[in-house]
Amino acid sequence: MLFSGVSFDLGPGDAAVVTGPNGIGKSSLIRIAAGLLAPFEGAVTCDADTALLTEASALDTDRTLLAALRFWASLDRAPDPEARVAHAVQALDLEALADIPVRLLSTGQRRRAAIARIAASHAPVWLLDEPANGLDTASVTRLEALLDRHRDGGGIALVATHLPMSMPGVQEIGL
Amino acid sequence: MIALIRRDLRRSVSSGGATLVVAFFLLVATLFPFAIGPDAALLARIGGGVIWTAALLAALLPVERLIGPDLEAGVFDQFAVRGLSMTSVAVAKTIAHWLGFGPPLMLAAVIAAGLLNLSADTLLRVEVGLLIGTPGLAALAVVTSALVAGVRGGGAVTGLVMLPLAVPVLIFGAGSLDPASGAGAVKLLAAVSLVLVAGAPFIAAAAVRAALD
Repeated sequence: MLFSGVSFDLGPGDAAVVTGPNGIGKSSLIRIAAGLLAPFEGAVTCDADTALLTEASALDTDRTLLAALRFWASLDRAPDPEARVAHAVQALDLEALADIPVRLLSTGQRRRAAIARIAASHAPVWLLDEPANGLDTASVTRLEALLDRHRDGGGIALVATHLPMSMPGVQEIGL
Repeated sequence: MIALIRRDLRRSVSSGGATLVVAFFLLVATLFPFAIGPDAALLARIGGGVIWTAALLAALLPVERLIGPDLEAGVFDQFAVRGLSMTSVAVAKTIAHWLGFGPPLMLAAVIAAGLLNLSADTLLRVEVGLLIGTPGLAALAVVTSALVAGVRGGGAVTGLVMLPLAVPVLIFGAGSLDPASGAGAVKLLAAVSLVLVAGAPFIAAAAVRAALD
């Protein structure tokens, strides 16, 4: 048993941050919220499309960054994948890397690419597992701005992190 | 669905999948004349069976990279979050795997037939058999890949899981080469292949779901 008695409710514009020491089950909570893991007891209700960021970037390493992002964007429900990807690439300052194969990117660059996949999805619910891992300060600021804009547009974010991130009006879920 | 098939097919081409399968297939087919001797009549008699055995062994090669790497890279997590059913992902993977391995193998069989001194008539039977049997092998490969994806040292288990299940394909495939009783074997080969293609995606999907949990 990892944790029990965890309960939260997020409406449009809300965000929650999951905190706790290593191994307490932050990633598992994110996976449960995404519907990938079944909770032993209790239920998850989510009535909107979700975008999930885990440790694995799920970007094809042999393709260029742009092509890898476009593949996932084409599977999202939102229309116009090319424009969504172009916008997300710009928001995360990845234009210079767009034509570089994913396998040549550094850890932090891959992380930014995976965040671009989330931003391009236009899903109302973002589930982010340690999004700030491996990011430099400028990129963390960009991520925070991205989250603010997402919530201003009525989006929901559930973020598991052990790094401090500035998110105004955030609920804290301590495990 | 088409995007998934295209992605898998491109990955198989860029990792040299088809080239490896064809090279391995031809190598196995070449080993038999070395081992048995250059007796043309004998080779012509066993050649069809040799091609089927070589095809089966070559079908084992790409099995490990069909599901395992995607599972590790979190690709299946992303499919699941987007609400794609694992069964349709497995169907797409089967189609892509067959496209990347069936037709190249059928082309290579022409070369192997030359090496083994097969008659044009036998070659035609081999090609018809491969056309019917390889979709079944592709489906079996996807299932095996899904089953061993979570297992440590899955590579060693792959052959042990897949080859026994492929025996019916081998029996009816080789049986279809007999000019007298071949027609019945072709029908049974088609039946086995159909059962594999129809059932495999569901089993593969269940195995992937178990690995995700």
